[in-house]
Amino acid sequence: MKHSPSRKMAVLFARFAVMGKKYGVEWWILVVGAAIITGVVLMAVFSTAIAPFDPYDQNAGPQLSPPSRTHLMGTDNLQRDVFSRIVYGSRTILGVAVLAAILSSVVGITFGLISGFAGGFFDKILSLVMDSIYSFPGLILAIAFAAMLEPGILSITVAVAVIYIPTYFRLVRGQTLQIKEELYVEAARAIGASGRRILWQYIFPNVIATTVVVFTMNVGDAIMIEAALTYLGLGLPPSIVDWGMDLSMGRRFLPSGVWWLITFPGAMISILAIGFTMLGEGLAEILNPRLLEK
Amino acid sequence: MKNILRYVIVRAALTLPMLFILLSVVFVVIRVMPGDPVSSMLGGHAPESVIEKKKEELGLNRPMIFQYVDYLWQICRLDLGESMILKQRVIDAIKLKIPATIELTFFGMLVTVLVGVSLGAYAADKRRSPQDYAIRIYGIVIYCIPVFWLGLMFQMIFGIWLDWMPIAGRTGARVFASTFEKTGFYVIDTILIRDFAALKDVLIHLVLPSVTLGLMLSGVFVRLTRANMLDVLKSDYILAAEARGIRHRRVVYKHAIMNAFVPILTMMGLQVALLMAGAVLTESTFSWPGMGRLLLERIYMRDYPTIQGVIVFFALIVALVSLVVDIVYALVDPRVRY
Repeated sequence: MKHSPSRKMAVLFARFAVMGKKYGVEWWILVVGAAIITGVVLMAVFSTAIAPFDPYDQNAGPQLSPPSRTHLMGTDNLQRDVFSRIVYGSRTILGVAVLAAILSSVVGITFGLISGFAGGFFDKILSLVMDSIYSFPGLILAIAFAAMLEPGILSITVAVAVIYIPTYFRLVRGQTLQIKEELYVEAARAIGASGRRILWQYIFPNVIATTVVVFTMNVGDAIMIEAALTYLGLGLPPSIVDWGMDLSMGRRFLPSGVWWLITFPGAMISILAIGFTMLGEGLAEILNPRLLEK
Repeated sequence: MKNILRYVIVRAALTLPMLFILLSVVFVVIRVMPGDPVSSMLGGHAPESVIEKKKEELGLNRPMIFQYVDYLWQICRLDLGESMILKQRVIDAIKLKIPATIELTFFGMLVTVLVGVSLGAYAADKRRSPQDYAIRIYGIVIYCIPVFWLGLMFQMIFGIWLDWMPIAGRTGARVFASTFEKTGFYVIDTILIRDFAALKDVLIHLVLPSVTLGLMLSGVFVRLTRANMLDVLKSDYILAAEARGIRHRRVVYKHAIMNAFVPILTMMGLQVALLMAGAVLTESTFSWPGMGRLLLERIYMRDYPTIQGVIVFFALIVALVSLVVDIVYALVDPRVRY
């Protein structure tokens, strides 16, 4: 009995409850967010095992049949199983959103660190460029990028990533400017540490912590941008299974009352975005208790 | 007064480099990316000589730096060029579409402020109650629902199932286009000619798109209003008002809300970028013939000058609005001036 799974679950849950008492509602927001993300990640990883049909199979069932026991979410106009397409589509949206967030965070953090640390003319110019991009509607910029690039996973990732670089840049640059003046940085300089060493060994570790929350929120946002681009028919070739594209395909059948083709892909996009936003919110409020005042 | 004037001049001067950078980014995005406008315009199988000729015609084979200088000079003259596909000046295409977008965003903003501010104020008043938590969750959830999906669901429920409202376009088929020749703003046009049947038709077409767009932004406003109201409700003059025996409802929804409003106004300016992005998606969902639809249509046509022109136009609007907001803020709050 000592190592039974149910016992382990109980212990885990008790620990969660303790944390819940300590942090209040914010903890549960975080847990729900994490649970949603875990669910979708599992769906993406085990797509082949979960999906009852091949997402490309144009003979999975009757045309445009409403949800039933064999087709949990119905079938589309090409007789494909919607549920299987949802399961496989999670791979595209998760992959693009996470990859885009990683790409923009790496570029944004690097430039932010260097710009804040170096200062001077370079810093001024770079800040101005970043501020300009930041103030422009991100989606419209992403539309412009996606429209110019050959459709594909990589180009949509780049189109989504570009608009978030300034977010990281501004955050990290501000932090670097503050930390640069700290006593321990001065101490490091006094014992003769090189500029590069100070930047990566002293400043970088202190900056990275604050970007975690932004990263999580960023993935949630990137999910919506990805879905918006593919909904508009940009960024991905039709051969890829994607929630946004399924939504725009299903839209054509809306006037004839076909509700299942738009309801499920859209709901999945929303749920996934909510998952990341809740995780981010929870993290933000737990890591920074001052925010709880608000 | 002299102070304000100086601030306005400095702030306006600061907008120029920002615009210049945005224009350069747009230029680079369009030229340097793989994919050649001419060959995609003529289709993949056009002979080399035809492509070259077309390129020469459009000035695309000259060195990049000349094209860049030309492009900047063109924009300095407020000339956005001519469409590659249709014999139409870009500025005329924009002029034709802009009223639809302004109408949509105006009513969208109205919905946002009504829903966002009232829910936010209510949540702040009932702090830490179940209603407060419900409204905060609404704030998170509505922000995460893609605006185009929200629009599609509304079309499904109110347009198809309940059949209460039309799901596409700015007017029904019965209303003639000649009704709208004066300003292009359908609401204003129908009032001007006193055609109230047409006005009713126009308004009912506005409901779903503007509610969709408005709800998308309302999440941000719920949060902001709630946070500001919490600050205001803690202040002494609210306590004083309560002490004088003014009804609680009146204190919260009159005295406090007025004082929480200045930051909300600034927020409205900052949200213009989000509003534009939302408008593009809403227009696409509701077949609303505005700027967003223009941009997308021309993207499918590969009409590069128009795409560039529309993006430049969006950049101008964003820069202008942030300039105006800063100036208004400086007028209202003297601490901002420098």
